[in-house]
Amino acid sequence: MLSGERGTDLARQRHNRPMAIYLDHAATTPLHPEVLEAMLPYLREHHGNPSSIHASGRRARQGIDEAREEIAALIGAKPREIVFTSGGTEANNLAVKGMAWAGSARGRHIVTTAIEHKGVLNACAALERTGFEVTYLPVDRFGRVDPDDVHAAITPRTTLVTIMAANNEVGTLQPVAEVGAVCRAAGVPFHSDAIQYAAFHPAPVDAWQLTAMSLCAHKAYGPKGVGALYVRQGTAMVPQQQGGSQERQRRAGTEDVASIVGFAAAVRRLFADGARRAVENERQAALRDRLIVGATALRGVELTGDPEERLPNSASFVVEGIQGGDLIAALDLEDVEASTGSACSTGSTEPSHVLLAMGVAPELARGSIRVTVGEGTTTEDVDRALEVLGSGVTRLRGAGMVAALARA
Amino acid sequence: MSRIVAAMSGGVDSSVAAAILAREAAATGEEVIGVWMRTHGDMPEGYEQSRSCCSPEAADDARRVAQIIGVPFFVLNVEREFGSRVIDAFVDAYLDGATPNPCQACNQYIKFDELLQRGLAAYGADAVATGHYARLEHRDGRWRLMRAADSDKDQTYFLWVLDQAQLSRTRFPLGEMTKPAVRALASQLTLPTAQKPESQEICFVPLGDYRALLEERRGYAGDPGPIVDADGTQLGTHTGYAHYTVGQRHGLGLALGEAVYVREVRPRTNTLVVGGRDEVAQRTFTVEGGLFTAGEPPGERFEASVRIRHRAPDVGCEVTMLGSDRFVVETAEPVWAPAPGQGAVLYDGDECIGGGRIARLS
Repeated sequence: MLSGERGTDLARQRHNRPMAIYLDHAATTPLHPEVLEAMLPYLREHHGNPSSIHASGRRARQGIDEAREEIAALIGAKPREIVFTSGGTEANNLAVKGMAWAGSARGRHIVTTAIEHKGVLNACAALERTGFEVTYLPVDRFGRVDPDDVHAAITPRTTLVTIMAANNEVGTLQPVAEVGAVCRAAGVPFHSDAIQYAAFHPAPVDAWQLTAMSLCAHKAYGPKGVGALYVRQGTAMVPQQQGGSQERQRRAGTEDVASIVGFAAAVRRLFADGARRAVENERQAALRDRLIVGATALRGVELTGDPEERLPNSASFVVEGIQGGDLIAALDLEDVEASTGSACSTGSTEPSHVLLAMGVAPELARGSIRVTVGEGTTTEDVDRALEVLGSGVTRLRGAGMVAALARA
Repeated sequence: MSRIVAAMSGGVDSSVAAAILAREAAATGEEVIGVWMRTHGDMPEGYEQSRSCCSPEAADDARRVAQIIGVPFFVLNVEREFGSRVIDAFVDAYLDGATPNPCQACNQYIKFDELLQRGLAAYGADAVATGHYARLEHRDGRWRLMRAADSDKDQTYFLWVLDQAQLSRTRFPLGEMTKPAVRALASQLTLPTAQKPESQEICFVPLGDYRALLEERRGYAGDPGPIVDADGTQLGTHTGYAHYTVGQRHGLGLALGEAVYVREVRPRTNTLVVGGRDEVAQRTFTVEGGLFTAGEPPGERFEASVRIRHRAPDVGCEVTMLGSDRFVVETAEPVWAPAPGQGAVLYDGDECIGGGRIARLS
C-alpha cells in the first residue's frame, strides 16, 4: 500500500518536476535555512524554561530577550512594548479584546473596516455579543478605507480603532498614517494588523502613531506558531490568557523560545540590509506585475484590489465562469500552488467578505484566486503559472458550458 | 496518462473503492484523485453530524483516507447544483403529493454529471469511480449496468438514470465484492472508516425529519385536512398533505382496529386517502420520465422484472411503451404501495435496463 508521501511523490516524478511552483506566500512562507539555524540551539541545547531561576532558564530567557530587542528596534519600539503570542490571530484577538475591555468604562464602541482579517472581525463579533457596538467602515472598489470615514465614525464613546495596514486577500495598502493622525487627534487608541505589510516593510509605530500592532513570523520566512503584539507603553490592555506572569503579565504561558528566536532571525534577515530589501521588493513587484499582465490578458479575468497601492508580491483576480477552488485544484495537479484568497479546506464557497465589501458580485467572487510570489520565485515560474492558468480556465469554462447546455 | 476521480464521501464503501483504485494504479500507471463533494451547508447545531455523509466530519474522514492510500485530495463544492437539483426537487416532490428520489437525482445530476463535467475539467480526469455496489460490462457494442455480486447491497436501483456516455466514464470497484469483504479490506488497510456505521438517512435531512425542510425552503408549515377512505368518508385529520407519503402507516392518528396505509396523496384538495393492505397493493401502474441504459427500450412491448423500492425483490412484469419515455407496467403479482414519484427500475435478468418515475394514479 502506498504511503501518502510516496503517492504524491510519484505524481511529481511523472511530471519530471521535483518540486511544485509555490505561489501562495500570503498563506505562509517556507522556513529560511538561516532561521532554522538560529532556532536549532534552542530546540536542542537551550531547552530551559525562561521563567526558571537556574542557568538553563537564564540561557533561554536570554534568547527571548535578544529576540525582543531585535524586533522592537526594527519597528522603533521599546523591548518592553513587545508581547509574544502564538501567532498573528492571537495578537489580533489580544489587541481587540484586550483594549476594548480596558476602555469599556469610558465607552463600548469600536471602529474597524469590513475587510479586516477574520481574527479581527470575529473578535469584534464576539465583543458585539457582549454589548459592544462595532462600526464596520466600508471600503472603495479597490478595498481602501477613507480616513474621513474613520473621523466621522469616531464618537466620544469610541475606545478603539483597528484597521489593517495591507489586506491579505487583495493586497491593497491602507492609508495607515492618515488614520493614525485622525485617531491621535481624536484621542482614540489605534491598532493595526500589519502582518502582511511587515513582511516587506518595517512598520513604523511612531510615524503611524500606533497604539498597538500585530505581527507574525510565518509570513516572513519564519516559523509558524509565533507572533507579536506591539503595545505602546502605558496602554491599558486586559490580558486574554490567564496563568503565570510571562510577558509582563500580559500573556501567560511558557514561551516558545525557539520560535521566538526564529521570529527575530527572520525579521533580521529581511531588514538588516535596507538596500537589499528594496531591491527584493522591486524584484517581486516586477514578477507580480508580470502575473497581472498575463492573467488579465485572459478573457473574463480581472484584477482585484488597488492596481498601484498593493503589496509587492500579491496578484489577486476574479475569474468569470468558474469556481476558484476548482481552478486551484487544476493548478495543483500541474504543480502550481496558489490560493482562492481565503484558505478554507472544507470547500465552502461563501464569497469572500473582502470582495463583497469591495462591491464584487457574489457570483463573480466565487471565482476568486490569489497568486503571491516569494523570494524563490523566478520568471520561468511565473510564465509556467500563466500557462497552466490559461489552460485551466479554458477547460473549466468549457465544462461549465457543456453542463449548462446539457441541462437546458 | 489517464486519471480517474474517486468520489469519496467519507464512508467505508467509497474509501475502499478509492483504496482499490490506488493500489491498482501502482501497476497501471493511472493517476487517482480523491474528491469529496460538499453538497450542502452546515447542519443545525446538535445534529449528529458524524452519521451524515457529506458533513465536515465526513470530509475529514475522506481526507485522512486519501492521505493513507496516497492520493491527492480535493473538495468540490456542488452546493448550488445540489440545492436545486436534489434538495429543491425533493421538497417540490412532497409538495406535489409525490415521493421524491434524492439518491437517484444525485446520481443523475451530481455524481455522474456535475462531478463528471467539472471534475474532468478541473482534474484532467477521464472517469469517475464511486463506492456503489453495481457492475459494468461492455458487451455487444454497449455498456451494461449489472447487479452487484452482493445482491443484498446492490444499488442499481439508484443507478438506472445513467446513460451510455456516463457509463462509459464510470467505474464501480466494489461490484464484485460483498459488504463484509469490503469492511474486512478496510480493516486490513487500517482505514479509519473501517468501522463507521452505515448512514441510513437522507444526507441533507437532519434526523430524518423532512418537514422542517419543507418550511425552510418553500414556507410550507402544514395545513390540516381530511383523511378519508376510498368512499370519501372522513376518518380523521392530517397535519398537511406534504407530511405524508404513499404506503405510510404511522402518524395518521387513526385507531380503526386494522392497519391502514396512505394510498393516495391529493394536494389540490389537501386530502389523504387511506386503505387496508389490499387496497394499497397494485398490479398496474404508469411510469414516466423513462430512461433506458441502451438509449432506447428493448421494444414496444417486452418482459422484464421491476423493482419499486431499494432492496425489495423485483417482480416479473410486462412493459408496454406509451411513447418514448412513458410506459405501463403490469406485474405478475401485486406490488406494495407504488408511490408516484418513486423509481420503477427494470431488469432483464442481472442487467438493469432502465426505469422511470411512477406516475400519479389517475
